[in-house]
Amino acid sequence: MSKGKLALYWAASCGGCEIAVLELREKILKVAEAFDIVFWPVAVDFKYKDVEAMADKEIDLCLFNGGIRTSENEHIAKLLRKKSKVLVSFGACATWGGIPGLANGFKRESILERAYFETPSTDNPQKTLPQTGYKVPEGDLTLPSLYDRVMPLKSVVDVEYFIPGCPPIADRIWDVILVLLSGKLPPKGATVGILPKTCCDECLKTKEEKKVKKFVRPWEIIPDPKKCLLEQGIVCMGPATQAGCGAQCTSANMPCRGCYGPAEGVEDMGLKMLGALGAIVDSTDPDEIQKVVSEIEDPMGTLYRFTLADSLLRRART
Amino acid sequence: MKKVSIDPITRLEGHGKIEIFLDDKGDVANAYLQIPELRGFEKFCEGRPVEELPRITPRICGVCPEAHHMAATKACDAVFHVEPPSAGKKVRELLYNSFFVGDHTTHFYALGGPDFVMGPQSNPAERNILGVIAKVGLEIGGKVIKCRALQHDIARIIGGRQINPTCGLPGGVSKAITEEERKTIEEAATFFVEFAKFSFQILEDVVLKNKAYVDLILSDMFKQKTYYMGLVDKDNKVNFYGDEVRVVDPDGKEFAKYQPKDYLQHVAEHVEPWSYLKFPFLKKVGWKGLVDGKDSGIYQATPLSRLNASDGMATPLAQEQYDRMYKTLGGKPVHATLATHWARLVELLYAAERTLELAKDPEITSPNVRTIPTETPTEGVGIVEAPRGTLTHHYITDEKGIVKKVNLIVGTTNNYGSISMAVKKAAKGLIKAGTQVSEGLLNMVEMAFRAYDPCFGCATHSLPGKMPFSVEIFDGKGNLIQTLSRS
Amino acid sequence: MANQTFEPRIIGFLCRWCTYTGADLAGTSRIQYPPNVIPIRVMCSGRVDPTFIIKALVEGADGVLIGGCHPGDCHYSVGNYRCWGRFNLLLKLLDQFGIERDRVRLEWISASEGDRYAQVVAEITETVRKLGPLNWKEKVIAKEAAA
Repeated sequence: MSKGKLALYWAASCGGCEIAVLELREKILKVAEAFDIVFWPVAVDFKYKDVEAMADKEIDLCLFNGGIRTSENEHIAKLLRKKSKVLVSFGACATWGGIPGLANGFKRESILERAYFETPSTDNPQKTLPQTGYKVPEGDLTLPSLYDRVMPLKSVVDVEYFIPGCPPIADRIWDVILVLLSGKLPPKGATVGILPKTCCDECLKTKEEKKVKKFVRPWEIIPDPKKCLLEQGIVCMGPATQAGCGAQCTSANMPCRGCYGPAEGVEDMGLKMLGALGAIVDSTDPDEIQKVVSEIEDPMGTLYRFTLADSLLRRART
Repeated sequence: MKKVSIDPITRLEGHGKIEIFLDDKGDVANAYLQIPELRGFEKFCEGRPVEELPRITPRICGVCPEAHHMAATKACDAVFHVEPPSAGKKVRELLYNSFFVGDHTTHFYALGGPDFVMGPQSNPAERNILGVIAKVGLEIGGKVIKCRALQHDIARIIGGRQINPTCGLPGGVSKAITEEERKTIEEAATFFVEFAKFSFQILEDVVLKNKAYVDLILSDMFKQKTYYMGLVDKDNKVNFYGDEVRVVDPDGKEFAKYQPKDYLQHVAEHVEPWSYLKFPFLKKVGWKGLVDGKDSGIYQATPLSRLNASDGMATPLAQEQYDRMYKTLGGKPVHATLATHWARLVELLYAAERTLELAKDPEITSPNVRTIPTETPTEGVGIVEAPRGTLTHHYITDEKGIVKKVNLIVGTTNNYGSISMAVKKAAKGLIKAGTQVSEGLLNMVEMAFRAYDPCFGCATHSLPGKMPFSVEIFDGKGNLIQTLSRS
Repeated sequence: MANQTFEPRIIGFLCRWCTYTGADLAGTSRIQYPPNVIPIRVMCSGRVDPTFIIKALVEGADGVLIGGCHPGDCHYSVGNYRCWGRFNLLLKLLDQFGIERDRVRLEWISASEGDRYAQVVAEITETVRKLGPLNWKEKVIAKEAAA
């Protein structure tokens, strides 16, 4: 049986999704039996020109992680779309923008100024800025341009499947590879590599009733490790997060931050969780309710940690 | 001039491209390593509760998330003016040293190693981890996979997750280690030590016994004399988790030693218009451009630098290998870029021994792993050694601990000046008039950066945004004769 | 500044037991008030998912009004308390997105307070008129991509 062709690429990402694939451990050898890896910059020496030379749809499966932040990210997304039969939006950044999507809360110019002018270690009295085109004595150099916001992969190309997670865990990646190899493909646009219900369902802590008299920051208390963290006042995204990760963070007594994304059918993860948090205050005194809810810091960064670029609002008005 | 591009560079973490300019004769006029990526962590961390930064900053890099997690956690301690209890500190160190074992293994076998095991100019389809496993056999390949697997298992035990650990909090860690977990970690650590020793055998058989490779390592083309930086303990021994930063000059003499809170007195960052990445340099020497030597503020922060900047390793087997390396290579400091691969193994062994030490420490299963902060948060700096270099996290918060300002100087960023020079030097040495510029030869140019195990995702945490466009026109003598710009 | 001929479009999520009935009373009492609030009847203010509010703003509304029963009077006991908790948290989120708090308003209006309903509608219409159109899709989302 001839081997399929597999490509993996990273746009505005961190490499965690690559490491997640390596977490398949010995199973990576099974993947290598079924596929030739024709492009994977972290591990394999093929270059962009090798992809450009391929025929359309020559790549059987492309796992694309990372969000769209620069013109290069968009260009390669479109190139890989052209050359791939099945394009998978792999991980939180490709699927919703991920943590880099938090940059959508800021004006691009302010980010520029911070990095190149303001940071206390920067020594740049001439206020030099990186240029998309610059002439050095020997010739021309170019850099991709930076877009004014982060976008998920689906904003620039059509995507067959979505795998959530930051990064997706190895067991779920393997589930997906088995499904794709079986030939029984899910419907286009499906989110794969997940389990039913939400993270709470996988979490082993005891859950009673969600009634909170006070919200606390994770460093303020030492929680009872056997009980639900949210019930002890620590904001935890578990109720609004798709299951699939095995509730790893809560197993270390740290609250979930939602890296598996919204539950199925939910359009905006942050607002769903906001609705839950606003409703569990244990009080019928409006002043007290207002005070308790005000203890929740940075709703944007906590409720949209991974999904800001895919929220209904998409970005802040700056 | 003719331009030869390597795009993208491969077998590293992050994005980059190398542009090599050839003059009319065919010699290399210059080579530029450009970094085209940006994300903006130094800005978008503003407004976040500071205790979230140990969970946000690891997404700067998924290969070394533990490094950011640890630097961020230490910075949080400093912000809250709180010290973890002794057991809490040991749990963090245990996580951290086991991480070094896994990360250095990944580099040696999957990133840098293929150049040596398969050959620098071998078929690119085989010049990778899969090719290495096919060549060295499944038994050895299995050991590599097992080492990384065990490290990730430890990360899961201590930090909750295999990738992007979560346990760090100001004042300690979120979870204690049970006796059963400790036994698992001790077993893994015992394997790590054997695996590290075994890796030295591979180095011996594949690299050190191969005269062509040894000549390459000692060649002038792959050599630079710069300042060297690394974290040391109170005995000036290499320590990844903490204490003070030490810098030695190109002759090996101590040049500076500082506490994390004083980093701004020593390090500054220079900007060039042809890359999104900045160039750190030593303030007291100054920025003199992309040149090496005692008068240039460029420094390196790599495994080799750490060994150069220290007086030795804190564990016995690693100390033996440290002595052996320096004896073989002609004394301290060593300036051979490719020797970094060797130094990396010495660190791998140290990390393995230290992991085992900590796993056997009676305090490691203590339930007292966290102190609740009581002081008002203000400002703090946390420094650790990332596998790729000294990592600095600096946070300023308001009185509620909400982040106002962030400054990061990241592992690989420290090395950008020297990596740029190394790439140029290798290009000049390998490509001359009349040379056929093959894929294999270009790969050898890439070997110049691969020794650094770069992490350009780490390096480019910043985000400048849309650029005004500027064209500068030079005459043949390099004089600026016209500038065109569009803002 | 604000265009004097700008007519704000405001979506009103009004609870069936109190505010919606109050709005009916305003109508049958022939009280004059601006037509800018488009009423949507919900069974309880506690039914108002914060997603409704944001979706309304993204889809073209310039403001959102939520009407519920006075504290203690909720037909389902605690629904309005839930709405109140959510609303306060939402305001903090709106600050971070750069959306003026005054575009959204939560009021307790009972079935007998027809005149109060009319007054609140007049107030929010003027407030939002002064703030100007939101045009979130055109001005913020569509401000697209490239260099």
